[in-house]
Amino acid sequence: MSYQFDFLALLPYWREFALGVWLTLELSAIATVLGFVFGTLCAIGRSGGSPAVKWAIAAYVEVIRNTPLLVQIFLVYFGIATLGVHLSANFAAVAALVVNVTAYTCEIVRAGIESIHKAQLEAAECLGLSRAQTYWHVILRPAVERVYPALTSQYVLLMLASSITSQISAEELTAVANRIQSDTFRSFETYIVVGVLYILLSMVVRIGFGLFGLLVFVRRRKLGTSL
Amino acid sequence: MSAVVRLSDVHKRFGAVTVLNGVSFEVGRGEVAAVIGQSGSGKSTALRCIDALERIEQGTIEVCGHAVHDPKLDRRALRCDVGIVFQSYNLFPHLTAEQNIMLAPTCVKSLSKADARTLARDVLARVGLAEKADHYPEQLSGGQQQRVAIARSLAMQPKLMLFDEVTSALDPQLTGEVLKVMEDLARGGMTMILVTHEMSFARKVASKIIYMHKGTVWETGPGAIIDAPQTLELRKFVGGEM
Amino acid sequence: MPTFTLVHLEYLSWAALWTIGLSVIAFIGGGILGFGVAMARIAPSRVLRTAAMVYIQLVQGTPLLILLFLIYFGVAILGFNQVPAILAASLGLTIYASGFLAEIWRGCIQSVPKTQWEAAECLALTRWQRMTRVILPQAIRIATPPTVGFMVQIVKNTSLASVVGFIELAQAGKIINTSIYEPFTIFVIVAIFYFLICFPLSTWSRSLERKLNVSGR
Ligand SMILES: Nc1ncnc2c1ncn2[C@@H]1O[C@H](COP(=O)(O)OP(=O)(O)OP(=O)(O)O)[C@@H](O)[C@H]1O
Ligand SMILES: [Mg+2]
Repeated sequence: MSYQFDFLALLPYWREFALGVWLTLELSAIATVLGFVFGTLCAIGRSGGSPAVKWAIAAYVEVIRNTPLLVQIFLVYFGIATLGVHLSANFAAVAALVVNVTAYTCEIVRAGIESIHKAQLEAAECLGLSRAQTYWHVILRPAVERVYPALTSQYVLLMLASSITSQISAEELTAVANRIQSDTFRSFETYIVVGVLYILLSMVVRIGFGLFGLLVFVRRRKLGTSL
Repeated sequence: MSAVVRLSDVHKRFGAVTVLNGVSFEVGRGEVAAVIGQSGSGKSTALRCIDALERIEQGTIEVCGHAVHDPKLDRRALRCDVGIVFQSYNLFPHLTAEQNIMLAPTCVKSLSKADARTLARDVLARVGLAEKADHYPEQLSGGQQQRVAIARSLAMQPKLMLFDEVTSALDPQLTGEVLKVMEDLARGGMTMILVTHEMSFARKVASKIIYMHKGTVWETGPGAIIDAPQTLELRKFVGGEM
Repeated sequence: MPTFTLVHLEYLSWAALWTIGLSVIAFIGGGILGFGVAMARIAPSRVLRTAAMVYIQLVQGTPLLILLFLIYFGVAILGFNQVPAILAASLGLTIYASGFLAEIWRGCIQSVPKTQWEAAECLALTRWQRMTRVILPQAIRIATPPTVGFMVQIVKNTSLASVVGFIELAQAGKIINTSIYEPFTIFVIVAIFYFLICFPLSTWSRSLERKLNVSGR
């Protein structure tokens, strides 16, 4: 083996790498926030909607969870283009990621909702709370608190999976890497650097979620329990 | 004496099983009624019907002027007048004692946070837990949790309190502290219906005993009937209890 | 203008077989490697445990796409000029699967109550006997539903093998698309193929989980 590693050749590209990291964070942050909101709404519909709504959400979740993200991205990008609407690659990327992560969020939050004991709902009812108030104070908040670790893992996976959007040339870290390696012919080194960047990113995202959790879930902070 | 609660000929079925088979009784203002009877005789079900947690098939229930049997019942208004406490506390685990108590007054009665907090401190003091306001349920003993649950109901300033075997899950030491709170309430003039297995407590506090058997009110009368039962069933029940 | 025909469907069917084949390879390879890593993860030796933990963190923290690129270019560096696509794809997916399966299985093994370990120890079983006779039989029951669930992830992720030139469903779809440009039709059909492979696995995993919950642990 006579391969000479040359990481220095990548040094001039540090700006591009940094930009790639930023774009990936941006992309996954938008998808996470939207996915959480839509996913939670779906979970509510899934556990308390009319039969038709329940069925539709269940079908959507099954379809998404049993097909690859890559194909979903292609469908959103090319599919919508054939309908005559032109989407930018980045918009299509966000849209596909949101469609994807909404389904997973729905399943996770639904599990949380179902773990809330029926007696809790009865207690809220006896106190005169309305359905909406019960949902907000007694179901959703503790449910999300309970499944927060699972949500965190899912959103870290989403951040990593956002690399797949490079396949439609959306602007993010992997797409940046693909460009740099074809510029420099230092493919192996490029992907090592990018791999390390993703590992760091996933740590940062994890820590970020941990801190956010402590901020939002006061009880965890006070008791140091994880339920 | 005006009746706060009036049940007449109440029937309740679960599927093929008739659990309440023509239950009738009245509880007047300031009265404390103790419902006793064997397991499965329908005590909890009767209590749940009074708070509209179960829909009845036949008969009428009137509670604080609300026609509970009416499908058009305003449940929210009913729940503002009636407090209920269960055997299993059912505190909200993600909220502190104080927040548990503040929730309904702010949500249902639109009290300001500050007023609700004052109210919470007040009712917590009444159940002897003023210093536990910032504790989460899991940091409290069973007896303390149950007293917070009682305080949570009291914060809605109900005209009627229902208690369903609130001490059954507690060991004797903790039972005492909860019973004391209930006794104080009774002495303060609160109208109460309590399902209990504590015969001595029932005799001491209750102005009326309602003995239920097989889904009906089998025998009713003042506390003295425990000592001098008229029916064979109550005699057996009381004998077995003590 | 050519359109989607039976020929294309046949081509996709063949590609589906490759998807399944690659999934099986990745599952077996990932299972063997992952079992080793799981064992290392709970080994008495601190060094082994740390090494296994680092391995899992690295694999789980890197996108599969990057892992595949690394292998593709890394193997080339080792002196093989033309890397067979199947080799690069199998290796990448094996490593990916091992990182996740190791963590799933570690969790299942550790969810067997500690008292079971102690009971086995009191019977004077060796560490290996304790593991194979007492702990694993219980852990396997717990591990089956999430393992079957993870197979779905493997199948879906074989779609990324296209980046190293392996022709499976997604890549076959892309190839057909370059000739007839009907992306919506093609990828809907590709998605249906994936769904037909994955949905039974998902359903199976769920029913296993229900049974486990009913029987108690
Ligand atoms: N939701 C329900 N569905 C079906 N059957 C029920 C339901 N709730 C109660 N029952 C049945 O109704 C009967 C009376 O129950 P209830 O809980 O009112 O008895 P109880 O007098 O409170 O007994 P205990 O002293 O054990 O609490 C029981 O046979 C019970 O199995
Ligand atoms: Mg009962």
